[in-house]
Amino acid sequence: MIDVENLSVRFRDIEAVKSVSFRVPHGGSLGIVGESGSGKSTILRALAGLNADWTGRMAVDGVPLVPRRDRAFFRRVQMVFQDPYGSLHPRQTVDQALSEPLAVHGIPDGEARVRRALDEVALPGTIRFRYPHQLSGGQRQRVAIARALMTEPEVLLLDEPTSALDVSVQAEILNLLADLQRRRDLTSIMVSHNLAVVAHLCPTIAVMQLGEIVEMLSTDDLRAGRTTHPHTTALRALSVELQES
Amino acid sequence: MLVEIDNLSIAFPTPTGLSHAVRGVSLRIGAQKLGIVGESGSGKSLTARSLLRLLPESAKLTADRLTFDGIDILRANERTMRDIRGKRAGLILQDPKYALNPVMTAGDQIAEAWRAHKKGSRREAMQKAVDLLDQVRIRDPARVARAYPHELSGGMGQRVMIAMMLAPDPEMLIADEPTSALDATVQADILRLIEDLVSRRGMALVLISHDLPLVSHFCDDVVVMYAGRIVERLRAADLSRAEHPYTRGLLNCLPALSRPQPSLPVMVRDPAWLA
Repeated sequence: MIDVENLSVRFRDIEAVKSVSFRVPHGGSLGIVGESGSGKSTILRALAGLNADWTGRMAVDGVPLVPRRDRAFFRRVQMVFQDPYGSLHPRQTVDQALSEPLAVHGIPDGEARVRRALDEVALPGTIRFRYPHQLSGGQRQRVAIARALMTEPEVLLLDEPTSALDVSVQAEILNLLADLQRRRDLTSIMVSHNLAVVAHLCPTIAVMQLGEIVEMLSTDDLRAGRTTHPHTTALRALSVELQES
Repeated sequence: MLVEIDNLSIAFPTPTGLSHAVRGVSLRIGAQKLGIVGESGSGKSLTARSLLRLLPESAKLTADRLTFDGIDILRANERTMRDIRGKRAGLILQDPKYALNPVMTAGDQIAEAWRAHKKGSRREAMQKAVDLLDQVRIRDPARVARAYPHELSGGMGQRVMIAMMLAPDPEMLIADEPTSALDATVQADILRLIEDLVSRRGMALVLISHDLPLVSHFCDDVVVMYAGRIVERLRAADLSRAEHPYTRGLLNCLPALSRPQPSLPVMVRDPAWLA
């Protein structure tokens, strides 16, 4: 479903992503882990069409991606960002935020769709006319996810979707994402610095360091400690040491 | 040095009456490493900040007792408080991007902290700043001393802030989510550094975080706060024997590499926890 070949992204003299290649099959989900500056979010942004300055080859469902995407692309590929407070318009109600993608893409039947979307992310109908500042962090992230799903995309790009949340809320959002993935047959890529979070949602994991994918492995291999690159081994050791006492 | 908190309450006025953020918290903090754990809004930061009387102006603070080494914080005047703030108890904040002064070099900021409490010449203060940067294990301290905050990485910025807090030789370090803005590996480095400095200098440490396993790793004792109250106190080593359902819930809802599970247990909040 998603094919990336020799993708490179430069910011002036810095090569943030260095000739990265990977594939995500239809209905699959790939996790990308790495530290700040490793290039993981840059890949996602290039894929989402938020950064036109890249070289290489990218395709979604066999259709090659060009730097400037058309409207159909944004209908099929949606993104959820780390901080829902930053990604939701402060002066738009939940209802407006969810209706906007429908208006942009000329999707009819708004009223019913908004209600269904709230239902799907387990938000009560009572929050429909509230503003982002009147919601909790978890509710805001649910709104952001609902908004991404409004256009019924086939691909969902998740950039640290739970890093700004409390751990109990993180669990709820991770369950919701796992559930949506199954129900909607979504193809997804999730970026996070938290190995355990990525392993929970994705069966395959790409480990990045300094702009390169240094290892691609299955979550089972990661859990069992069958890592080959020292950076993966170190990240895994740290996750096990600090989080499991 | 001993901090005694008895029945501390902090409330904020709202249009619909008082909102109680901290409710009847009692704590003794000696020369130990204490972790205060809780989620957003649990009152963990307010509790720690009340020791320095650094609360928003509208906060209504009451306590049967609130003392720092015998000094009554509730009644102390501003001058007395200035002797505690920074000098006897340092506060490390979450994000160096916001906590450092963007138009002052790292060295100048550390030197300023040193001069404010130790009284000395500028040259002496600058030497001390470079020395402190060395103590927080910055490889090229003289260069970093001349750097502005935007020229530093998150981890370096946090080391600068720690150096600044160490400058007056405090007896207590309060670290409020000191590593939440940092990468996992940097996070571990910074916490190890704090732990090492605290034990070497014999300081007390109050580590505030939402990350229960992480805190237990670096502290002796842990208190868990929920909705403004302490719901459980335990030795960090006994974390696996935590009894309160909220504490258990915090531990269980974390995904872990060693235990794959199809879906994560979700916290079911019992209204009885509020009582």
